[in-house]
Amino acid sequence: MPQILMPALSPTMEEGTLSKWLVKVGDTVSPGDVLAEIETDKATMEVEAVDSGVVKELMIEEGTEGVKVNTPIALVLGEGEQAGEAAPKVAEQAATSEPAAETAAATVPAEAKAPQAADAPKFVAQDDPDLPEGVEMVEMTVRQALNEAMAEELRRDKDVFVIGEEVAEYQGAYKITQNLLQEFGPERIVDTPITEHGFAGLAVGAAFAGLKPIVEFMTWNFAMQAIDQIINSAAKQLYMSGGQVTAPMVFRGPNGVASRVGAQHSQDYSAWYSHVPGLTVIAPYSAADAKGLLKAAIRSPNPVIFLENEILYGSTGLVPKMDDFLLPIGKARIARKGADVTIVSFSMGMRYASQATEKLVAAGVDVELIDLRTLRPLDSDTVIESVKKTGRMVTVEEGWPQGGIGAELSARVMEAAFDYLDAPVMRVTGKDVPMPYAANLEKLALPHVDDVIAAVNAVTYRS
Amino acid sequence: MARKAVASKAKTQTNVPQLTPEQELEAYREMLLIRRFEEKAGQMYGMGLIGGFCHLYIGQEAVVTGVTMASEKGKDAQITGYRDHGHMLVMGLDPKGVMAELTGRQGGLSGGKGGSMHMFSNEHRFYGGNGIVGAQVSLGNGLAFAAKYRGDGTVALAYFGDGAANQGQVYESFNMAKLWKLPVVFIIENNKYAMGTSTERSSATTDFSKRGASFDIPGEQVDGMDVRMVYDAAQRAIEYARSGKGPYILEMLTYRYRGHSMSDPAKYRSKDEVTKYRQERDPIEQVKARLLESGAETEESLKVIESEIRAIVTQAAEFATNDAEPDPAELWTDITISA
Repeated sequence: MPQILMPALSPTMEEGTLSKWLVKVGDTVSPGDVLAEIETDKATMEVEAVDSGVVKELMIEEGTEGVKVNTPIALVLGEGEQAGEAAPKVAEQAATSEPAAETAAATVPAEAKAPQAADAPKFVAQDDPDLPEGVEMVEMTVRQALNEAMAEELRRDKDVFVIGEEVAEYQGAYKITQNLLQEFGPERIVDTPITEHGFAGLAVGAAFAGLKPIVEFMTWNFAMQAIDQIINSAAKQLYMSGGQVTAPMVFRGPNGVASRVGAQHSQDYSAWYSHVPGLTVIAPYSAADAKGLLKAAIRSPNPVIFLENEILYGSTGLVPKMDDFLLPIGKARIARKGADVTIVSFSMGMRYASQATEKLVAAGVDVELIDLRTLRPLDSDTVIESVKKTGRMVTVEEGWPQGGIGAELSARVMEAAFDYLDAPVMRVTGKDVPMPYAANLEKLALPHVDDVIAAVNAVTYRS
Repeated sequence: MARKAVASKAKTQTNVPQLTPEQELEAYREMLLIRRFEEKAGQMYGMGLIGGFCHLYIGQEAVVTGVTMASEKGKDAQITGYRDHGHMLVMGLDPKGVMAELTGRQGGLSGGKGGSMHMFSNEHRFYGGNGIVGAQVSLGNGLAFAAKYRGDGTVALAYFGDGAANQGQVYESFNMAKLWKLPVVFIIENNKYAMGTSTERSSATTDFSKRGASFDIPGEQVDGMDVRMVYDAAQRAIEYARSGKGPYILEMLTYRYRGHSMSDPAKYRSKDEVTKYRQERDPIEQVKARLLESGAETEESLKVIESEIRAIVTQAAEFATNDAEPDPAELWTDITISA
């Protein structure tokens, strides 16, 4: 490699100053010897010899400004090398395969130059499995359903363990892990210090090594301390490693607004996590969904964010009594079929939406109610099909409006079913404020059943 | 001249742990491979073949080389930060795959999707390649947790710098590691500068081997420029962790000759300081001097090794230059695993 080229100090550097030569013609140089100093407005760098040889020629005078990157600046010949040998090849920067986009006459030319990526693969959700005929339905709380799901998966797979604050001796801050310590012992039900960043990262590392951690956050508010490990380490790992290293794990705990605990303990993270490729985000409402989806989450080879809700822990529902009740991740549930308007919600929002639906149906509005259950991957198909039928959509969530789940849904509906809409989509959300403590203000900050009814009235032009 | 200075220094030191001639030669080869590889990477960066950030390990070679020699290669897990090329080479990852990842090609270890800071190998038990300063300490704790959970007798080696040593999660990790007696060795590669900030300007106490004191974690300060010292201390630390006693801290006093990354103005330290390290403490020159002095090798036999290594690096560079970029369809793969 006889020719020494003007190096780039950064990918954006185009030219620089050759400020000083540290060798002269006739010098013998070894690898690592500094040949010259280069300067830009941002930085200085030394050009080092990579091979041994003798300096034959300095092609650029020191002090020369505006030397373009990749310009030959010196000739260094190794033993037996001739000056005529090929200069090092400069990167071929042209993209490898970019078929020219077919442009319609009306297209703005700039668009044709954008690199063409293949379309994102379409996610197709599986349907819920048919329940065996005559299966017994057992009434239980969401809390029991979550507890059973973990116990069953802990029994099934020795690599599954639970880690978090107060999950073992205390039996869970919200009693979701009750009796797990007694059955599985302290090696698998692990109490941690109050150290979210540290134990979340530890769990991700354990998942890299092939274990399947269930990380309980006492509430999702505290997971803010750990969000770097969740996103930068867990969510991106598979992609960054070209598919080699996975993080099969579940992060779970109560999300959203509890009651009268103030701004730092009352926040809905649904939209936050649903933003991130690499994560699966589940937010169940019913006891059956809580059980079937948590079991599926624990078996998932991907990092799963499992958003529970403190207020729903005590609510009851019917859960099929089966050895292995699993539900498909990524499939919305149509809670009520209808033809007039589509209401889409999830988790606690479903409580407002269900109560509103009851009243609206009684008033003669044929509501179709969709429980998303999974927020990523989002079951667009079910929502779009519904809107094509009803022509109207109202979304309901406790989170803030900007960049929320409702915002995403309305964008998708606009993109895929614009011509079917008979009214603008309306969002019912938490108010755009930190959660206040005072009882009356807290009430004002939350969405209400009446808000849902008002929104439905608006989109059906009944108000 | 440089060699002479090193040789005389080595002679005057007493009670230095010795390596066998075979080990010395192994250390020499490994360190030289890193040195030549990194020089080539720096050159390719300058040619615009490598993008983004590129943090070279030149000067610090003895640390990962000595530690890895003292570990059970392929069984003990290793994890580090963004200055990771040397770790991968010593752990036996294919230099072609590493270089092709630097150039963002399909044959890169991460298929071109990771880059300089993100390469991994389950097979070799290397877990990155982590770009967030300090994150690897918590993750390394998790690798040790898994080892203990399974009782497989392996140890996790978590490397981080003097800069990362000031991150909060490091101390969260120290606490849990000691509390649960996790088999982990925390290796602090103290190269004196966190990017451009010297340890004196960033750290209330600069003896990082004592950073585990409040958790009762033993620590040692080690001459990280001398592979013999590194190997010796690492053996002690790894044995301690493997025997179930819990974590151990090794502060490796080392030095990087190059800037923090390729676009480093390097105005924060003097040229003399860099030159002094290169001429008097260079880890490779130290081994070379001993190999020659003991008569185990000759200038000629070392030249053969040098040219073998040069060939490996040249092949890696050629592969990384000529390999195709990833197929555009790869944009959408490896985001999640379909169940």
